Amino acid sequence: MRRTLGLRGAAVAVIAAGTLLASAACGDNFDDGGAPAQQTTGPAALQILIGSSGDAETKAVNDAAAAWASKSGNTATVTPAQDLTQQLGQALAGDNPPDVFYVDAGRFADYASVGALEPYGDKVDNPNDFYQSLKDTFTFDGKFYCAPKDFSTLALEINTDLWTKAGLTDADIPTTWDQLKTAAQKLKAKGTMPLAIGDTRDRVGAFMVQSGGWIVSKDGKQATADSPENVAALTYVQSLLKDGLAAYPKTLDAGWGGEAFGKGKAAMVIEGNWIKGAMTNDFPNVKYTVHELPAGPKGKGTLSFTNCWGIAAKSKFKEQAIDFVKAMTTVDQQMTFAKGFGVMPSRQSAADQYKAAFPADQAFIDGAAYAQGPVNAPKMDSVLADFDASLNTLAKADPKTLLGTLQKNTQATLGG
Amino acid sequence: MSSVTTATADRDDRSAGGGRPATNGTGGRPRRRFRLGGGGIRRNERIAGWLFVAPVIVLLGVFFLLPILMAFWVSLTDWRGQGSPFKAGVPFVGTENYTDLFTQDGLARRDFMTSIRNNIYYVAIVVPIQTALALGLALLVNNRMLKGKGFFRTAFFFPSVTSSVAISVVFLFMFANSGAINAILSMFGISGPAWFSDARGLIHLLLGLVGVDNPPSALASGGPLGLSWWDWLSGPSVAMCAIMALVIWTTSGTFMLMFLAALQSVPVSLDEASELDGATRWQRLRYVTLPLLKPTMFLVVTLGLIGTWQVFDQIYVMSQGNPAKTTLTPAFLSYRTAFKDFEYGRGAAIAFVLFLIIVLLTLAQRWVMRDRDKPARRFR
Repeated sequence: MRRTLGLRGAAVAVIAAGTLLASAACGDNFDDGGAPAQQTTGPAALQILIGSSGDAETKAVNDAAAAWASKSGNTATVTPAQDLTQQLGQALAGDNPPDVFYVDAGRFADYASVGALEPYGDKVDNPNDFYQSLKDTFTFDGKFYCAPKDFSTLALEINTDLWTKAGLTDADIPTTWDQLKTAAQKLKAKGTMPLAIGDTRDRVGAFMVQSGGWIVSKDGKQATADSPENVAALTYVQSLLKDGLAAYPKTLDAGWGGEAFGKGKAAMVIEGNWIKGAMTNDFPNVKYTVHELPAGPKGKGTLSFTNCWGIAAKSKFKEQAIDFVKAMTTVDQQMTFAKGFGVMPSRQSAADQYKAAFPADQAFIDGAAYAQGPVNAPKMDSVLADFDASLNTLAKADPKTLLGTLQKNTQATLGG
Repeated sequence: MSSVTTATADRDDRSAGGGRPATNGTGGRPRRRFRLGGGGIRRNERIAGWLFVAPVIVLLGVFFLLPILMAFWVSLTDWRGQGSPFKAGVPFVGTENYTDLFTQDGLARRDFMTSIRNNIYYVAIVVPIQTALALGLALLVNNRMLKGKGFFRTAFFFPSVTSSVAISVVFLFMFANSGAINAILSMFGISGPAWFSDARGLIHLLLGLVGVDNPPSALASGGPLGLSWWDWLSGPSVAMCAIMALVIWTTSGTFMLMFLAALQSVPVSLDEASELDGATRWQRLRYVTLPLLKPTMFLVVTLGLIGTWQVFDQIYVMSQGNPAKTTLTPAFLSYRTAFKDFEYGRGAAIAFVLFLIIVLLTLAQRWVMRDRDKPARRFR
């Protein structure tokens, strides 16, 4: 008798405690269906979450934010995230997102599709000055959501010493797939690994663009992974890998292509403009030149990587946040960022200034004209991660099978 | 003075629930009063009892039961991390997150089954080896003849107290292509593999030695739950083997300590008696020591099973599921699905399936170990 009472009592107590706590924990979250109340008067306290590439970037953004704050009479707190995706995910789930944050282009559609972002893109000054490919990247369902912060493109870096040692000259710098192969064979004959290429869609994908294909259609609604163009691209990369003309960084004992290149384990590498910083810091003695990627059967092609200044749909200070982004995307501010931590301005009107300041980066900025942004559709990350995993085995696998799997998974994700 | 003592004893008695007779010289008085008091006092007792356990119940409720129930709710929804999952408008999908993992042909099921396959190989190799190694080390350290026991005990236990992240990073260096492991292998003329980028399965490698490079047609197509038989039978990848080595090395120290504690409670006289009876060393180990270690063995195997099914930090630090998903485990997949892909519902569902797997395996293991005990007693 006593025992049953005790058990029942315990159960009642636990349920009671649970209900109480549940209502206490979630009570304030139940009634926030509509738009958040906007604070229009008084100084705003902007929270800015950034995924910083390092101290230089953190400092540059901090300085810019402080300048904006003192000029506009608001406050701005910049927080560099350890793991932006995860921290942002938690903040959004907790209904307390930062007002302004970096949004990676590959993640953009995930946020936009669930309504986490404020579509303010056309409210910044002169939105058509941004490169069209970057605007496309941050457009979802026809709405231009957020202003591109800056961008990077892929180019071909060549190690000058290894190049001349193999008897190659500037005339041999490849501009087509065939020339790339010829030059690679000459390098290989001298015992040098010709090309290091990252084993992800973010490098191999450039060949798909050069071949005229891509994983999804232009509007991001159709899967086009198994097109003959893509098969041709993967077959070409596979032939490079098979013949020992190219290798993945891991097999060269490097974490990424830049490391393999800096250590002199490969004479060429396909990387973006971030390689500049790595080379200056880690391998200051290696001389190299930067060139546009060799053109494929359908012309030039490269990939672009970018972030935008996302503004939370649930922010209380949207007006001030847009004002902040305007200040961050002026040509002058973008040039300050470019000098501070080596990114390229997302505004076309800054291109000439940039080229004048960094003549060696001509190839990177020229790529903007024909660059392809990341796949712009929600829930695609795991599908693309699966594709990356299969690219690991590209040297032995059948390109058609790899792309067939990618096509099937992409279709399932886009359709559902 | 005396009255104060009585009062204290009195209060003690009530809060202890009444079963204990008062023995400290005050005779039957408190007991009698307790009986006379009847229900009233007992009601007070019950309230007091609840008050005493309330902190624990609240703590367990807030930090254990409630989050589990909330996670279970999330696993039934398609919540994508926007605001609270408990408000109206969060799409309720029933068991779809679970059926996606088992019956729906697609990426979700293939990823999940790949992670299950990887973890099965991982458990099947790590648990027996770490248990055997821990037992061996404990027997070694427990040896009466051994000098410098303290040193060996510390040396074997040391990996267990070091941070797993730090050890993982050290292993990354050791297993690098030009790292220590491959340098040692090359001394014997073996060119070691590129450990953390080698996705080939061990069984596939062995089959390759006898000339079976491509899957026989019977295995290539068809197979349960979205993976072909050839994929199921791949064996752990080379990369996974490096992680296994690390885990075996770090955990066997902890388990050695448990075996050691149990060994030290085995009476020496038993060992000596069996020695006098003419038992060999092996017989003494097999028929005297091991049966006495059975409860500890159960503990070690259970903890080993639970720990290996939940492996996460080594994967997170060393490989993130790469190469080619051969080090993907359910725990890591759950994390990745929820926090990287924003599919919180499916991530929670994976976690619950993992929980079920662990519970079922522990029950099965308990049944196996108990079952074997009975016939043994009957026949001996």
